[in-house]
Amino acid sequence: MSKLLKKFFWLLVAALAASCLAVLALHRGETINAAWVIGATVAIQMIGYRFYSRYLADKVLGLDGSRATPAVLRNDGLDYVPTDRWVVFGHHFAAIAGAGPLVGPVLAAQMGYLPGLLWLLFGVVLAGAVQDFMMLFFSLRRGGGSLGEMIRHEIGPAAGTITLIGILMIMMILLAVLALVVVKALAISPWGTFTVAMTIPIALLMGIYIRYLRPGRVLEVSILGLVLLLLSIHFGGIVAANPDWAPLFTFDGKALAWMLIAYGFLASVLPVWLLLAPRDYLSTFLKLGTVLLLAVAVVIAMPQLHMPAVTQFIDGSGPVFAGSLFPFLFITIACGAVSGWHALVSSGTTPKLLANEADARMVGYGAMLMECFVAVTALIAACALQPGVYFAMNSPAAIIGSDVHQAAATISQWGFVITPEMLTQTADQIGETTILSRTGGAPTLAVGMAQILNQIFSGTGMLAFWYHYAILFEALFILTTVDAGTRIGRFLIQDLGGMVWAPLKRTDSWLANIFATGLCVSAWGYFLYQGVIDPLGGINTLWPLFGMANQMLAAIALTFATVCLVKMKRERFIWITLIPTIWLVICTLVTGWMKLFSEDVRIGFLAHARKFSEAIDSGTVLAPAKSLEEMHRVVQNDYVDATLTVILMALVISLLVLGLRAALKAYKSQTATAQETPYVAA
Amino acid sequence: MWQPDFLSSIWKRARQTARSIIGVPDYDAYLRHCHEHHSGQTPMSYAEFFAERQTARYKGTGGRCC
Repeated sequence: MSKLLKKFFWLLVAALAASCLAVLALHRGETINAAWVIGATVAIQMIGYRFYSRYLADKVLGLDGSRATPAVLRNDGLDYVPTDRWVVFGHHFAAIAGAGPLVGPVLAAQMGYLPGLLWLLFGVVLAGAVQDFMMLFFSLRRGGGSLGEMIRHEIGPAAGTITLIGILMIMMILLAVLALVVVKALAISPWGTFTVAMTIPIALLMGIYIRYLRPGRVLEVSILGLVLLLLSIHFGGIVAANPDWAPLFTFDGKALAWMLIAYGFLASVLPVWLLLAPRDYLSTFLKLGTVLLLAVAVVIAMPQLHMPAVTQFIDGSGPVFAGSLFPFLFITIACGAVSGWHALVSSGTTPKLLANEADARMVGYGAMLMECFVAVTALIAACALQPGVYFAMNSPAAIIGSDVHQAAATISQWGFVITPEMLTQTADQIGETTILSRTGGAPTLAVGMAQILNQIFSGTGMLAFWYHYAILFEALFILTTVDAGTRIGRFLIQDLGGMVWAPLKRTDSWLANIFATGLCVSAWGYFLYQGVIDPLGGINTLWPLFGMANQMLAAIALTFATVCLVKMKRERFIWITLIPTIWLVICTLVTGWMKLFSEDVRIGFLAHARKFSEAIDSGTVLAPAKSLEEMHRVVQNDYVDATLTVILMALVISLLVLGLRAALKAYKSQTATAQETPYVAA
Repeated sequence: MWQPDFLSSIWKRARQTARSIIGVPDYDAYLRHCHEHHSGQTPMSYAEFFAERQTARYKGTGGRCC
């Protein structure tokens, strides 16, 4: 293609991006087609990849294809294996994409489709994909080292320990909030509970099959698992309709929370091949398949978006989560725009597989763009619902009540007209008794996905099947994160605890193993239980905490990247990482400050605690607490959350100070001080 | 384009990707590596190799996102 033609092509893409965004921003009608959203997304991502990531690769980092990667240098056929770049791309994408990009945008949809979309698109191009790409590059130049190791070497041992503590805390909040999403989706839903419960015997069967019957036959065992899963969705419907069987699988949130805690404990102490690994295989493949199915279905169906571009809830009065657009939108959507967790993946297994350093751009930057695309399709699925249905599903019972008439009246008052009949009818169509207050994002996405898939593959009763398929798929991979995460948390506790008390470090000791697992499960279990009994639904409190923690990890990773740029004597480029770092630090610290000191009892932990303390003093019991004892517990939970917020803020601030010190020292040095492994030709 | 060896290379790559995603690298590459660098020792069988990788995947703080 001639140069002129190429220029013309990119001009067209730029024009497409600008016109799609203009239509989305200026449109004033009842509905708008999702094609404009997809158009804007694709065009902006293409421009970001072609121009910005290339600038990063060539000018800022100086990717060097002639330099041997850790996979080539330390090739052992096991951990370090030079691998085809498309295979690494798939590997990396599968590791970064999960429930995060699906849940965050659904929750953020309460502010309309536009704020979430803009943050996703500009966040990913300028911050999220930059972080993933750079962390992968730095790890490649440091023998495939992890984030904690790299920070210890480049900034100092204290900074390394701070990072590990931060990772552990994020892990605990993440596990609690994800488990809560599952509890919310399965509470009083025999169909869902039966199907998810069946995944345990299916996994055990798969585990034995792949270990002993037909060792290592991944394809066979995955097909076997998938068929059994689809069958259990089908039988779930029969169980739910049977008056004798249904009560056996009908549980409230508290009971489900205890079951999850017990499950998390067992799954992470049992041998991995029996339960954890086969579940992981099944959920990983199902996740990839479904994410692709959702993306393709949205592109084919191109649904109309019923949600307004911007709703009145940007002022912070929204029922789904409390807090105004700034800063809460930017922590509600983490995965998809920028996610600190990815810094761990990019410095985990991926750098040990890349055969050529130049491929870091495609894998690091490219896979994150793809995750952003998934997040955009989730946003579309949520906004394609009738806003009345969306708010009925995502508002806590404390606000809309538990009766369709009251709920429809409340939501219609907000300006999203809905009738009680429409709410009952939607519940009927998906085979559930109610759709009210099914918070947590997963059920909403499931209904949205079910309606979109139903446009393509329609049929009687298919809506109910797709709904439970979507619930199963989310519950399955969230549970996999819970058990694998508990195990990772256990190792982190043993690692950190070992600094204080050496015997804890022994991972082969049963006692240390059980102790650390127990500690890990109680930590996330505490927050899960607290979320389950929370009157405002728990997601309200926990999701902002999780988002804040995740974005703080991103701020830590980007601070490290900034220090590295200075140490490489590339100070003139530090704005690339400094701007996203400053933005994330501002967002997370303002969020933390508001969570602590806001006078609004829906936002501020201390204000909420004060309100309950005053009520205790005057002897009154405030809903949902039923006794003074429960009132005391509410106050205690508020103080625990407040303490956690303070610790997280302190971690970020101290890492910033340490990073600044390291950067100043490197700035004064005449030569580059980055501790890269020496150059070896490939 | 749709020659048998083209299709089989696509299939091979898809299989390799699927296995890599669950932490099992290419067994042929492992055999090649053993042959080139440790020709004195017997390499693990595929079943042993698979079991070893399965355990290794959940050993430490490997990364995976939410």
